[in-house]
Parts: sequence; C-alpha cells; structure tokens
Amino acid sequence: MSEDERKPSRGVGRALALAVAARTAWRARRDRPRRETAAPPREPDVDPRERTVPSNRRAETIVAALLLLAALFGFGFTAVYIVLQTNTQLLGLALGGALAALAAAAIVAGKLVVPQETSVEERGPLLVEEQAAEVAGMLERGGEGISRRALLTGAGGVAGAALITAALSPVASLGPRLEHIHDTPWHAGVRLLDDEGRPYVAQNIEIGSFYTALPEGGDPGRLGAGLLVVRLPPYYIHLPAARRDWAPDGILAYSKVCPHAACAISLYRYPTYQRTSNAQPAFTCPCHYSTFLPGEGGRLIFGPAGRSLPQLPLLIDPQGYLRAAGPFLEDIGPSWWNVRRSES
Amino acid sequence: MSLVQRYLHRRLERLIRWNEQRYGAARGIKSVMRYVFPDHWSFLLGEIALYSFVVLVVTGIYLTLYYVPGDSQVIYHGPYTLLQGEQMSEAYRSVLNLSVSVPAGLLFRQVHHWAADVFIAAIVLHLVRIFFTGAYRKPRDVNYYIGLIMLMLAILEGFAGYSLGDDLLSGMGLAIAYSVSMSIPLIGAQLAYLVWGGPFPGSSSFLPRLEIIHVLLIPLALIGLITIHLVTVMRQHHSQFPGPGRRERNVVGTPLWPAYALRSVGLLLAVAAVLFLLGGLIQINPIWQWGPYHPYLSENGAQPDWYIGWLIGALRLMPNFEPAVGNHTIIPNPFWGGVLFPTVVFAVLFAWPWLERKLTGDRRRHDLLDRPRDRPARTAIGAAFLSWVVIIFAVGSTDRLFVGLHISYSGQIHVWRVGVWVLPIIVFFATRAACRALQRSGAHPLRDWQGTVVRRSAAGQLDVVARSPERIEAPPTEEPVGTSPAEHERR
Amino acid sequence: MRRHATRWLTRPSRIPRTPQWMLAILLGALSLTGIAAPPSAGQGQQPAAGAGPPATAPEKLPQPPGPGDPTATFPSSPTLVAQGYNLYQAGCSSCHGIGLQGTPGVAPSLRGVGSGPVDFYLSTGRMPLAQPREEPVRSPPLYTRAQIDALIAYVSTFGGPAAPTADPARGDLALGLHGFTLNCAGCHQIVGRGGLTLGAVVPDLQQATAQQVAEAVRLGPYVMPNFDAKQLNQHQLDSIAAYVLWTRHPDDAGGWGISNIGPIPEGIAAWFIGLAALVIVARLIGERNEGAQPTEASR
Repeated sequence: MSEDERKPSRGVGRALALAVAARTAWRARRDRPRRETAAPPREPDVDPRERTVPSNRRAETIVAALLLLAALFGFGFTAVYIVLQTNTQLLGLALGGALAALAAAAIVAGKLVVPQETSVEERGPLLVEEQAAEVAGMLERGGEGISRRALLTGAGGVAGAALITAALSPVASLGPRLEHIHDTPWHAGVRLLDDEGRPYVAQNIEIGSFYTALPEGGDPGRLGAGLLVVRLPPYYIHLPAARRDWAPDGILAYSKVCPHAACAISLYRYPTYQRTSNAQPAFTCPCHYSTFLPGEGGRLIFGPAGRSLPQLPLLIDPQGYLRAAGPFLEDIGPSWWNVRRSES
Repeated sequence: MSLVQRYLHRRLERLIRWNEQRYGAARGIKSVMRYVFPDHWSFLLGEIALYSFVVLVVTGIYLTLYYVPGDSQVIYHGPYTLLQGEQMSEAYRSVLNLSVSVPAGLLFRQVHHWAADVFIAAIVLHLVRIFFTGAYRKPRDVNYYIGLIMLMLAILEGFAGYSLGDDLLSGMGLAIAYSVSMSIPLIGAQLAYLVWGGPFPGSSSFLPRLEIIHVLLIPLALIGLITIHLVTVMRQHHSQFPGPGRRERNVVGTPLWPAYALRSVGLLLAVAAVLFLLGGLIQINPIWQWGPYHPYLSENGAQPDWYIGWLIGALRLMPNFEPAVGNHTIIPNPFWGGVLFPTVVFAVLFAWPWLERKLTGDRRRHDLLDRPRDRPARTAIGAAFLSWVVIIFAVGSTDRLFVGLHISYSGQIHVWRVGVWVLPIIVFFATRAACRALQRSGAHPLRDWQGTVVRRSAAGQLDVVARSPERIEAPPTEEPVGTSPAEHERR
Repeated sequence: MRRHATRWLTRPSRIPRTPQWMLAILLGALSLTGIAAPPSAGQGQQPAAGAGPPATAPEKLPQPPGPGDPTATFPSSPTLVAQGYNLYQAGCSSCHGIGLQGTPGVAPSLRGVGSGPVDFYLSTGRMPLAQPREEPVRSPPLYTRAQIDALIAYVSTFGGPAAPTADPARGDLALGLHGFTLNCAGCHQIVGRGGLTLGAVVPDLQQATAQQVAEAVRLGPYVMPNFDAKQLNQHQLDSIAAYVLWTRHPDDAGGWGISNIGPIPEGIAAWFIGLAALVIVARLIGERNEGAQPTEASR
C-alpha cells in the first residue's frame, strides 16, 4: 500500500475504483436476493448458451397498450394536419409520439415477451487455403494458349486509359476558362449606388458611418460588386504615397469582400472618443474576424487574411457624385495561386 | 391448437413453400435468423447512423417535391410579412414557401436537418468506438476504410444540403467553400470555376448541380457503400468483447430472430421518434429569420453546421500566413485550415491500421475486441489526436464564447494557437496513466467495476471492502486465432 | 458589483502583436520556413512623408434628427436643471469636467451633445463607468428616470441637437429587417442576439427600447457607427426599431428557438439531446435484460 502512494496515477485509479465500488455495493445489495440463488461460480470456459421463454402476461398487455397509444397518436397527426395544418409542434408531437410508442412496444416485446436466447455461433474460417489456390488456378487457366500475354495486357491497359481520359475530358466544359478572373464591375467613371439604386453624393458621406455601394450598370449579384465606403478625418488617413489621391475629401472605398474567404465585411467600428475606446476605425469580417484599417490602405491588423483589403480609387464628379477613378489594381475576393496582390 | 392457430400455421407454411419453389432460400433465411448479435450497446451506434440515414432518405424525398434549384431573382409576395417585397432567389423562395406555407413542410424540413446532424454525430461516435476497441484490425480493415469514406461523403452531403437553401447563412458558407477551393495551389481557381460554373456566386447551373449531387450522386454512393459495409459485417460476423465463453472463434449473443429483430426495429422507430420530436419541438435553421443571401450581405457569428465546425475553427485559428514570392501568392491562407487540416486528419485515420501493424508487428486476425485500457498506447494516441481535433473544433465557437462570457476573442485565439499543440500532449500522458491505473484496479469507467477492493485495517489486516460480481480477466491471455498459420503471416 | 468583478474580462483587449515564437512554432510545424510571410501585425506601411496628420483624433458627434423628423422631448424646468447640476457635479464631473469641457485622455466634452446621448448612456446603465478606460456595457441604470431627466435638463442647457425618437407603430417590419440586415446584422447578428467586433462587445438588443434604438442609431455609442437621416430616414428608423422590438419574440414557428443564433446550439442539441437519447435507448436494447435472466451472462 505504502509504495503505491508514491505513484499519483495509482491514487487516481484507487479513487476511481472506490467510487465504482460504492455503486457496485449499492447495486449488489439491491440484487442480493436473486444473487443468492445464482448459478455456481463459473468455469473459465463456460458455455453461455441459454434460452428462456418469459410468458409474461403483463408485458403483453403493455405492448398492446403501447400499440394502441401509437395508433391514437397516428390519428392525432392526421387530425392536426386537417384542422391546424401548419402547427409544427403538434404535428411533430403527434408523429414523434406515435413512433415513440411503437418503438417502446417493439423494445418491450423484444425484451420481455418473445423468447430470450443467448446463443453461440462459430465463426467460420475466411481463408481456406485449398479454395484460394483453386481460384487462382482457375483464373490462370483462362489464359492458356496465349503466347503474347504482355502485349495484350499492355494494349488493354492503353485502351482503358484512353477511354477513361475520353470519359473525363468533358469535365473541363463544366466551368469557363479563367480569362475574366480579374474582372470586377468597377472601372473609371462608374458611379456608386446605394442598395436602392440611388447614386451616392459625396457630401452626404458622413464621418463615423459606413455605406454599402453597388456599381451603376453592374450586376449587384457579382462577388466584386459590393463596396464599403467611409469618410475619415485626416487624423486617421495614412495611405501609401501612390494612393494619396485615391481618397477625395477623406472618402475611401474598399471591396466589401474579405480577401480571406469571401464573406461580406459588414462590421465597422469607429470610436466615439479615441483615447478611451482604444480603437482606430476598422473593418472586421464576421466569418473569421480578419480586421483591416481603412485609413492605412486596408492593412490587416488581426485575423487570418493573407493580404490587405483591396482599395478602389475614388473621384468626386462635378455634380458631387462619387465615381470610381479606376479599376481595382489588385484582385478582390479570395486569393488563389498567383493572385494579383497589392504592391506593399 | 386452436382453429385459428392451425389456420395461421397452414398459411405460413404455404407462404414459405411458395417462396422456396421460386427462390430456394431456406438455408439463407435460416442462417440470417440464427445470426448472432453480441450484446453491447456500443455495437448499436452504427445502427443509429443507419436508421438516421433511412429517415434522411424518407424526409428528403418529401423535400425534393418542393425544392426549386433556381438562382433567378424574384420578389417575394407570400404570407410571411417580414420578407414582403424582398428580392430573393427562386431556391430561397421555394424553401421559404415549404417552411411557412406547406402544411407539415416545416416539420419534414426540420426532421431532415436534425437527422443530418444526428447521422454524422452517430457516425463519429461509431468511429470513436471502432478506434478505441481496435475493431479496425484484420479482417475489418477494409470495412473501416469504407466507413471513413462514408464519413467524408456524409460531411459533403450535409454541406451540400445546407447550402441549397440560399439563405444568408448558407450563402456565406458557400462563399467560404469557394474560397477554400480557390486556395488549392496551382489548380484551385480552375477547380472552383468547374464546380461553380464561373466566379462566385456561380452560374445558373450551380444550384441544379448542387441539388443533383445532394439528392442523387452522394446518396447513391452512400447506399452502395452501406450495402457493402453491412454485407461485410454479416460475412465476418460481429466482433465481440471478451467475456465468459467468448473466444476469438465464436460469437456469443442474441440471435436475430425474434428478440434481436424486434429490438432493432425498436431502435429504428426510436431514431425516427427522437428525430420527429426534435423536428417538431426544437427549431433548426429558421431560414425565414436569416433572410436571403446576396454577396454583399453577412451577419455576425455566422456558423456552419456542427460537422463543418472543425474547419471553421482551423480557418479562424490559423495565423495570416500566406507564402508569397514577391507579388506571387504561392499558397492562399484558407488552404491551411480548409484543405490541409482535413487532409491530415483523414490521412491519419486512413493510415492508422497500417501504422499499428508496422509498430506492433501484429498481422493476425482479431475478432475479440480490446478494452481501451488494455492498449494504453493506442488509447492515449487516439485520445490525444481526438483532443487535437476537438480543440480546433471548439475554436470555431470562440466568438459565441466571447458574446456569452466576454472572454477576449483575440486573447482566446492567441492562447489556443499554443494550446492546440500543448493540450494533446497532456491528454496523451493523462490517458496513458488512466489506462494503466484502470488496468491495475480492474475498475470499469462506464459499467460495473470488476475486482476486489481491500483496505488495511488498524490491526494491519486486509479487509475486503467491496467485491465485484465476477472478475473478467484481460484478454491477452488468449491467443488470437486465424484459420491457419498462413493467414497470420499474410496481410 | 458585477461590472467590477468582470472588468478584467470585458476590458477591450488591445490587439497584441503576434508573438514571434508562436509564429515560429507554427511555421516549423508546417515545414514551410524560408518562404516569406506577408506583413503581420505591427509591420505596417509608413504614413506618407510630409503629410503630417493632425495631433488629436476628432470626436464622433451624434447625428441630429433629420429636418422635420419627430424628436424626443424630455421635461425641463429650472428646478430640474438645478437638481441635474447637483447630480452632475457629484457623479459625472470627475471625468467630464466641472464645466462639461471633458478631460483630455479621459472623457470627452459634453458641451453641445444634446439630450440624446445623455438619455442613452444613462438609461441603458452604460454610464457612469467605474474606470474611464473600460468599455461601457449595458447594466441596470444607476439613476432613476427622474434623475436622468434632471441630468438631461442640465446638460441640454449647453445646447446641442434634440434627441431622435422612433415610433415602431409607424414602422414596416419588412423594411426594418431589410435595413437591419444591411446596416446592423454584421455586428448585432441577424436576430439581434449580439456578437463580436474586435475589442468590443456587441450587445444583444432584446432589452433595447425603441427610444434607445433611435438614439443609438443616430449617436453611434462607443465604437458603433452612427447613421444620419440621409442614410436612414425616419421611416427606416421606425422600421428598424419595430424589427428590434420584434426580435424579443421572433417567429419561432419551428419550436423552441434555442436562442436564434443558428448552428452552435443546434449542434449541441443534436449531440446532447438527440444522440444522447438514442445512446440511452441503445443501452436499454443492447444490454441483457437482468430481470428476465436467471443469471447475468454477459457481465
């Protein structure tokens, strides 16, 4: 005992054993009267076969009652279907109840009504040496008399490969070529619309809010259509030198599609009071929480995205509407092999 | 014998004779009726999966009668006021109509969805049982591989079905699936274009493709594999746990007829009952609340169904590592969590039987199962591997944990980026220690304990505190048998 | 109490730099060292030279209601102002300053904010804070309605826009869901169950009143964006308020809503209700029936 205590794992085992022992002792006391009449101690190799016929009238009554209950629930389902039609809860209760009563009937019958039997089945051998040899021999005898076996096998292999290739090549026509993979609906001069089709006016873009823009004349259902538009005060704007004129009056536009896994970025935080909110204005993708800084050219500050959020150059036309000043210079949406990424 | 009984007896005999004159199946029927099922609840996990699949097929047929795989945009004018006048795809409208307008339509849709969740959960639990009891060893190795293939197909099948609704959540899920396909080096973009018929959200043939995959191709493959799986089980007979009178050479248990057949039908009905009760009482995937999907929309805390959760966890856990040479991206980030991680998990599962043969040199046929504790190394490796996957799975819900408990999200991510490697090591050693302790004490963690507990009294005597009904020795004493020495040698 | 106890949990976390050694472990594990990683956190682009940014960040001011839109009216009288003055000096001035001018680096000025922000922050219990830097989260209000009215009356004497209001009865639920999906669901979750943005708790909206919704939309509390009347007009605001009130009891036609956040509770239910129930059934079926057996063969 004392040397056991040196090993903590034995302690754990003993604690577990004691807990289980308590349960067993309780069960043993409950079962005691039956146990006293139990069979004599088992031999190591005992014959477990037995068969008992319960002949249990009460169980038969229970089964019959359960079957009738199932019928009641079944009729209930039809009644609910006719009367209430779309009450999913009552429909589910009725059908589920019918099935549950049937299940209970089958289980009670299977355990308490029909003969209970423990039987022993011998496992036959799977591999029988002579038969395996015989099969191999039969297969080989099919090739008797063929002298140029290698040629035939080779030619057959080539024919099979050719047919498989022929069968698989139409797969290529399932999808188009990648020619337009870099295209988005955004080109120089395309106006930015809201989701009801009204063009955005630059002076209506307020600091502190975010706007979802769609391309004029473009399909809003395309992945590259959505834009995020924000206005930032100069304090937060640190764009790379090459992009200095991309943000007229501090208005910035970014692709709404996360460059990680193509979810729409719809979280924007803008601190009310920067020095206590501890946060800069930032976009976050709600799928995997990649976070980007709109003031710094979409730079990633947290999350799994492998590149920055693509920025779209903007201009304000003489009427005051927001327009794209050019296309995206990098690919929007998820990355692929050799995707066009920003230069930074 | 009463008159009625005699009449029934004659009818039955005539029926059997009618059948025999045409099929001569008496020998087969007899052997099936005498087929022995060992008594242990864990052998029924696969049956739960099978019966969930039956419910899936039945409810799925009902759903196909209503579903329209159309991507053209329509304006909704139906009874559900919150989406009045909203633009949506035909597919979404058909699922919405099924849910709010068709009597019992929502019940069948919810039962179908619950059945899918329970189906894959039962498969996973079945796999865990198979792994920890060593049931994948010869002669059941091929059946184990078939099971793994069915698990992969089931996950794909579930995701395809989840995506058919074209609601906000499923649209976001498809966007992620598209990104994961795109991320495969070299061929990713072309592969995604092949599947989607063009750039996301895909051409108008995408939803019909997804539907035919979901309602025909994968179900057919599953039905074929399930058939092979079951025929193999019947041919090889069930494995069994060691016990009195149970040897490698025999199977001890309840024969199919009548007791086991009734119990199994009872289980089928119980599976259906649980799924219908869930479907009627607990709401699942209320697409009328999510609204339709457009690529510029998303919502916070979007999640996939649980069986995709491990991939979301991996995507979230992965740092922003995206190797690039200059401006040339080599491997886009979603590849790590979305492609590499599941590939590693399934590769390990597929390789394990071969790996264990290599490590132990044991190529014999095994029909008696191991108790997990009797193979501490395997159990510990399995527990560590399982904990690795489960941790990554759990990371998929860190955002909701943040909402519920206010534990910093970025903090959780940073902790788990280390924890995901450290914790499985701890689990390995803890499991091994637990196995050894259990071996010594003879306790059973789930069932009755076996053995004797003694306590040293003050006088120094050993008093028996408790004694189990009977003690079952660990199996290694018995030599596993094959049919011939030759079979031991060969694979 | 609760707020104090959980402060270390709720404090918005700074975004830490990815520790280099963590990255190293992962890179090593993936056997992909030697390939350049993209810029990680903390290695940003330098601001363009020469264009020196202003020294302080501007504060985000609440958006006024649109011209002609209804406004919330709060009682005002010299007595209330005097009472509000006393409450302000006792409870608010230590951070916001004796003259509402704010304290640099601690709290913003309240001059000219108007009645809306005061009503919002006090009626949702977000103010006063125990610590100036902690995140204001919804709590039981510290002040009674009468005290809040007094503080509103006092702060409003410094000017500022009238408080916006919303009438859900005039809103349209379908329009509300549409506007909520586009503008709010990204943070608040589609059924308003709250969510996560980096470094801030996004509250669930089931306790919010229509008045508080209107104030929050125009004000943009803490890091929430604000929306002016040109972006969301009064009818849209009424509709969003109506939708937010609807989310308290959404249309759970399918049964128990399990908190309306989708697959996580669904997965838990599938495993721990559905599969668990079936495993119990399997145990009943799979084990020998002790009552019917003279001996227990399979123990």
